[in-house]
Amino acid sequence: MSNLIQGGYLVAAVLFILGLKGLSKPRTARRGNALGALGMLVAVLVTLTDQAIVSFWVIAAGVIVGSVVGAVLANRIQMTGMPELVALFNGLGGLASVLVVVASYVEITDKGLHDDTYIVAAAISALIGAMTFTGSVIAFAKLRESVGAWRSGAVQMINATLLIGAVGAAVGLVVQPLSIGWLIAVIIISAVAGITLVLPIGGADMPVVIALLNSLSGLAASGTGFALGNSILIIAGALVGASGLILTRVMCVAMNRTIVNVLFGMIEVGESADPDDVYEGKVRSTSPDDVAMILETADRVIIIPGYGLAVAQAQYAVRDLTRALEGRGTDVSFAIHPVAGRMPGHMNVLLAEADVDYEQLIEMDVANPMFAQTDVVLVVGANDVVNPVARETNSPIAGMPILDADRAQTVVVIKRSLSPGFAGIPNPLFALDNSLMLFADAKLAITEITASLARI
Amino acid sequence: MTLLIAFTLFALAVFLGVELIGKVPPTLHTPLMSGSNAISGIALIGALASAGSDHSTAATIFGFCAVVLATINVVGGFLVTNRMLAMFKSKSTKKPAAH
Repeated sequence: MSNLIQGGYLVAAVLFILGLKGLSKPRTARRGNALGALGMLVAVLVTLTDQAIVSFWVIAAGVIVGSVVGAVLANRIQMTGMPELVALFNGLGGLASVLVVVASYVEITDKGLHDDTYIVAAAISALIGAMTFTGSVIAFAKLRESVGAWRSGAVQMINATLLIGAVGAAVGLVVQPLSIGWLIAVIIISAVAGITLVLPIGGADMPVVIALLNSLSGLAASGTGFALGNSILIIAGALVGASGLILTRVMCVAMNRTIVNVLFGMIEVGESADPDDVYEGKVRSTSPDDVAMILETADRVIIIPGYGLAVAQAQYAVRDLTRALEGRGTDVSFAIHPVAGRMPGHMNVLLAEADVDYEQLIEMDVANPMFAQTDVVLVVGANDVVNPVARETNSPIAGMPILDADRAQTVVVIKRSLSPGFAGIPNPLFALDNSLMLFADAKLAITEITASLARI
Repeated sequence: MTLLIAFTLFALAVFLGVELIGKVPPTLHTPLMSGSNAISGIALIGALASAGSDHSTAATIFGFCAVVLATINVVGGFLVTNRMLAMFKSKSTKKPAAH
């Protein structure tokens, strides 16, 4: 490989690093993203100068088709659909890695060249890439709710068998590098394992899965880099792999679960209370007019948005209510739990789309000490993340960090019914003396509250 | 490239990634994920080599498909990240704080 290419890759690697650094602050994030894109452009251009590359039209056609499809997807997607799009892109990245391995394998086998590094890296890259691809496709389908949860008592056995099988086939390929059957076996078994690993994972755990698949798509690219002896693939893939792992960890901590626990669908056993005992005769329901009256006298309001807010497309209604309250001199902020929404940081994007100032969005650690001095907390479509039983040691969600909504003067919960959240347990917050339930669709209810506030 | 150098690059990049990403605030987690996702489309570079060189038909076909998929990942990823980030606004940058 020429010095020009190596130098170009160095420039690209630096641009990727500056890009990720830029993404760490809202003010510099757009520039960071642009630097990342520039890095990719540099890497592509110097690769094209390689003398070995002659069939330019094949590349040009591929890049044009890919760019058009990518641009259309990026512009059409609704912000609520971001998790699906990220899952889809992850899957494509994984599949691209598999295809590169197959193409290079066919080529190298034709010429009869083989070295140990290549074959080990190719086997690993094919394994991770294929698993990322099918896992992402299933995650995509689950996020679109076209595939439900599938559980079977044998799932752990099946997954373990498939994983051992995939690794076994990879070892077979390394021992007998010239038999393509092993490579095909690695790809097929890993692809099936991707399906059976992601299928049983529940809706609440999808943010973890997406973060993990993100990490794997990076590792697959890095593996391809080892196979091709290509520095930029190794570096960029490792950066992405690390970023995905960190987000996976953040999500796991926010749900107080381990990654093994999420992946292998182990359900925590704990004492869950009977919903009737928790709610019977203690739940007070309210109306939009009454909520408007309570908000009217409040000095500080904190809104806790959850997945239900995104489902009801209520972000614009919430924004309007926020503006109306601020117009009356009320201090309004949003307390965002790390797993609110359907992927890490999803809720922040949804509120940003509705033109909510990002400085109004506060993190859990900052929000929790504020609740005691808050007049009204509005819980919109959130449930488990405000469940005070998480503080009890013997509850199923014991130890999960929660937003301390119950410490506010008044808690208003906008929710369709008393049905449980993903954790499947009743929420004593709804039955507290300082809690009021507004049983309604989030968007309708908030619009009515805003209208009623205007009449006061 | 020797295996040792490859591993050195890998290990250093992992540590650097951990340092860089550890500082990203939760507000930016989704854009970070879609942006880093676009970077993982770097498989495109491998695809270019496979589709471009004077290869057998089979290698060219696989390479072509890889170029298309990886380009979707890269172009779509960067564009959607930019679209998302354009929405993040702060009152202190738009106009003086109300009061």
